[in-house]
Amino acid sequence: MGRDRAIQIGFVGIASSSILVVALIFLFLFKEAAPFAKHPGLAALLDNQWIPVSFQKERFGILPLAAGTVLVTAIAMLVSVPLSALAAVYIAEVAHPLEREILKPFIELLASIPSVVLGFFGLVVLAPLIKQFFGLNTGLNALTGGLLLALMAIPTIVSVSEDAINSVPATYRNGSMALGASRMQTIWRVVVPAALPGILGAVMLGTGRVIGETMAVLMVTGNAALITANPLSPVRTMTASIAAEMGEVPFGSIHYQALFWVGIVLLLITFGLNFIARRISVRYGMMR
Amino acid sequence: MNRQLHETAAVFLLRFTTYAIVGVVGYILLDIIRHGLPVINWAFLSEMPRRAGSEGGILPAIVGTLYLTLGTVAIALPVGIGTAIYLSEYAAPGRLTETIRLAITTLAGVPSIVFGLFGLGLFVLFCQFGPSLLAGSLTLACMVLPTIIVTSEESLRAVPQAFRQASLALGATKWEAIRTAVLPYSVSGIITGAILGIGRAAGETAPILLTVAAFFLPKLPGSIFDQVMALPYHLYILATQHPDTDKVLPLQYGTAFVLLAMVLGLSLGAILIRVHFRRKYKW
Amino acid sequence: MVKNDTPTGPTAIEVRNLAFHYGASQALFDINIAIPARQVTALIGPSGCGKSTFLRTLNRMNDIIPGVRVEGDILIDNENIYRDKIDVVRLRKRVGMVFQKSNPFPKSIFENVAYGPRIHGMNDKGQLGEIVEQSLRQAALWDEVKDRLGNNAVGLSGGQQQRLCIARALAVQPEILLMDEPASALDPKSTARVEDLIDELKTKYTIVIVTHNMQQAARVSDWTAFFYEGRLVEYGRTKRVFTNPKEKQTEDYITGRFG
Ligand SMILES: Nc1ncnc2c1ncn2[C@@H]1O[C@H](COP(=O)(O)OP(=O)(O)O)[C@@H](O)[C@H]1O
Ligand SMILES: [Mg+2]
Repeated sequence: MGRDRAIQIGFVGIASSSILVVALIFLFLFKEAAPFAKHPGLAALLDNQWIPVSFQKERFGILPLAAGTVLVTAIAMLVSVPLSALAAVYIAEVAHPLEREILKPFIELLASIPSVVLGFFGLVVLAPLIKQFFGLNTGLNALTGGLLLALMAIPTIVSVSEDAINSVPATYRNGSMALGASRMQTIWRVVVPAALPGILGAVMLGTGRVIGETMAVLMVTGNAALITANPLSPVRTMTASIAAEMGEVPFGSIHYQALFWVGIVLLLITFGLNFIARRISVRYGMMR
Repeated sequence: MNRQLHETAAVFLLRFTTYAIVGVVGYILLDIIRHGLPVINWAFLSEMPRRAGSEGGILPAIVGTLYLTLGTVAIALPVGIGTAIYLSEYAAPGRLTETIRLAITTLAGVPSIVFGLFGLGLFVLFCQFGPSLLAGSLTLACMVLPTIIVTSEESLRAVPQAFRQASLALGATKWEAIRTAVLPYSVSGIITGAILGIGRAAGETAPILLTVAAFFLPKLPGSIFDQVMALPYHLYILATQHPDTDKVLPLQYGTAFVLLAMVLGLSLGAILIRVHFRRKYKW
Repeated sequence: MVKNDTPTGPTAIEVRNLAFHYGASQALFDINIAIPARQVTALIGPSGCGKSTFLRTLNRMNDIIPGVRVEGDILIDNENIYRDKIDVVRLRKRVGMVFQKSNPFPKSIFENVAYGPRIHGMNDKGQLGEIVEQSLRQAALWDEVKDRLGNNAVGLSGGQQQRLCIARALAVQPEILLMDEPASALDPKSTARVEDLIDELKTKYTIVIVTHNMQQAARVSDWTAFFYEGRLVEYGRTKRVFTNPKEKQTEDYITGRFG
């Protein structure tokens, strides 16, 4: 029995390593970022310009980067949410069972395409199309980035929403049909509202994924740190800044610390989104 | 009559949207295959790159990615399985279990570039591993941990309670029961999780950008403290940093094809393994 | 409470003032019973009255359910299985169990029976083979499966699976065999085989069997214990309990007036 007890304690230890890793992530991000708070001070992060390398005065405002992330994310969600919701409804409610067995894995396949491959596709196929269509000088802009990110969000949202729709009890449907409602009325007035919390959770997971995505946006958004709402303008997201600049900064420099602050902001945003998504799914019994 | 039309139009809209998505996925795959496959030959796969990747093959990137994924799984698999065993077999509802689950969901949501920053701060700098296979594998291992935990736990829970009881009633200790009457029947799920983890590790660029990847390094790694090239990073470099990106477009497609084939091949493998084991063990 | 006969021969299990709780709800109240060695004792009573719970206290299988609490004493071979610092593993080796729903492992017939001996450290091929054969013979399954020991046990019929589970329990050489409605999922023919088997096994083993089938209790058991709402209402020789119950509740139950 003593041996069994020791084994159990061993497993508690192993299982706790996830907690340890999360703690270490917070710890080391703050550790690397910390000196910035003394000099030049956290207020510097609120500047409205990001000019990390300059002969006059470096400026480390996260705002333009956040604006880039917001714009690209907004485009991605505007495109992906309606499409994903329609596809999820189709797969869950309309598709033939065999069709569903094929469609769902196929769309989920999209999630396993490496983001650098999608970025590459965006660079060589999508960006030229956008450039031509809008008659621009370059196809590397927020719209191209947003469309690529929509592709990355779609499998998450479709898959999780489809599960949510599937778990709506059959009695709801039967009740509605028995009252003489048509299939579409039943779907839109009964099934989808009942699955709404799950769909909302799916959208949050998708948003988290989009905000955190790096390579695709790095490759196709043009990387200009501007505050703009114009989808056809190049932008620079938070993730892309870290990826593009971290390789070239001297370790420990102020610029280096600023990039860690960008990472912290990213971490907190995605942490918040996941936390809420998890709350929703626990509340509505879609997770253990 | 009108209502009938309405219904038909709605179904059409739903179906059209779904197949439009399918069409886009198919188009991306086809585009990469169509342009990538003709580039693939033995020389491309087995030769060193020359002139900063403008010519020659991608051998070190393939090997680097292989080593990285193997290292990742070697680290993440034991921890992932152990955590899954704890969650499915030992954990009682309570504070600790809740916290572990929250940590796992948190990890699953951490952006990959943040893993890169973390790996840089902890493994590369603090542990002084430098940019290396070791630092990269450790970073990727933290990233794929949730995937492995979740799939493994699912498969452990799918093993009927009756097996555990039969084993315990024969005088097995709890651990013996887990080892002999639970784990053997969940291997399929565990292997699936491992393969999905490998696939994810193989395809990620952002975390290795800061912890291991070398721009151009035409030799094979000799130790876990060496830097390596990796397929996704190589593709990124060729596509965006190369002075003459148009000229090396075929090489980009070739690299993208190899990477995609590897990652999708792994996903397919995971599916096949699942099917195979489901047939072998049915209860 | 002098309504319980006491067996005169050697006692295998002695239960004193046993109470059992699942968290806040109490499932057994003040159970006192002496179970005779090498005889068959049947536990009967309406569903939910605590038969299975009682059976599982005897090999401490309830321990794996979180939040349970046991009071009182159970003595097996003069050893208090709850008080003394006893080894649960050794206890379960001595007190085997067969479940209501047959639960063979999805591996070969041979490996199913060899499972117990293996976890207890036996690795010798020859010895294992002998034990497997002997256990399968005792479980009256040998002739049916001797040519296909390598086949997956999941392919056996329901009745064969249950006898395999009995063989698996016998392979660790227990003294006591607990059976929780072992035939409730079987067809009449398989049930008859299992009942015959119980009759043979009692020459070597003490058997405690839960059943909701009155005829079965009457056919296979020497002693019968009637449980009702977590209490042991009546206990005595099967013949006596069935022909001349002392308690009104027992009579109502065995004549089919409730349950
Ligand atoms: N795991 C458990 N947790 C909580 N209560 C239980 C559990 N198992 C059984 N019970 C309760 O204990 C009582 C006795 O159950 P049981 O021993 O299974 O009865 P029987 O085998 O006679 O049908 C019932 O009221 C049942 O609901
Ligand atoms: Mg019962």
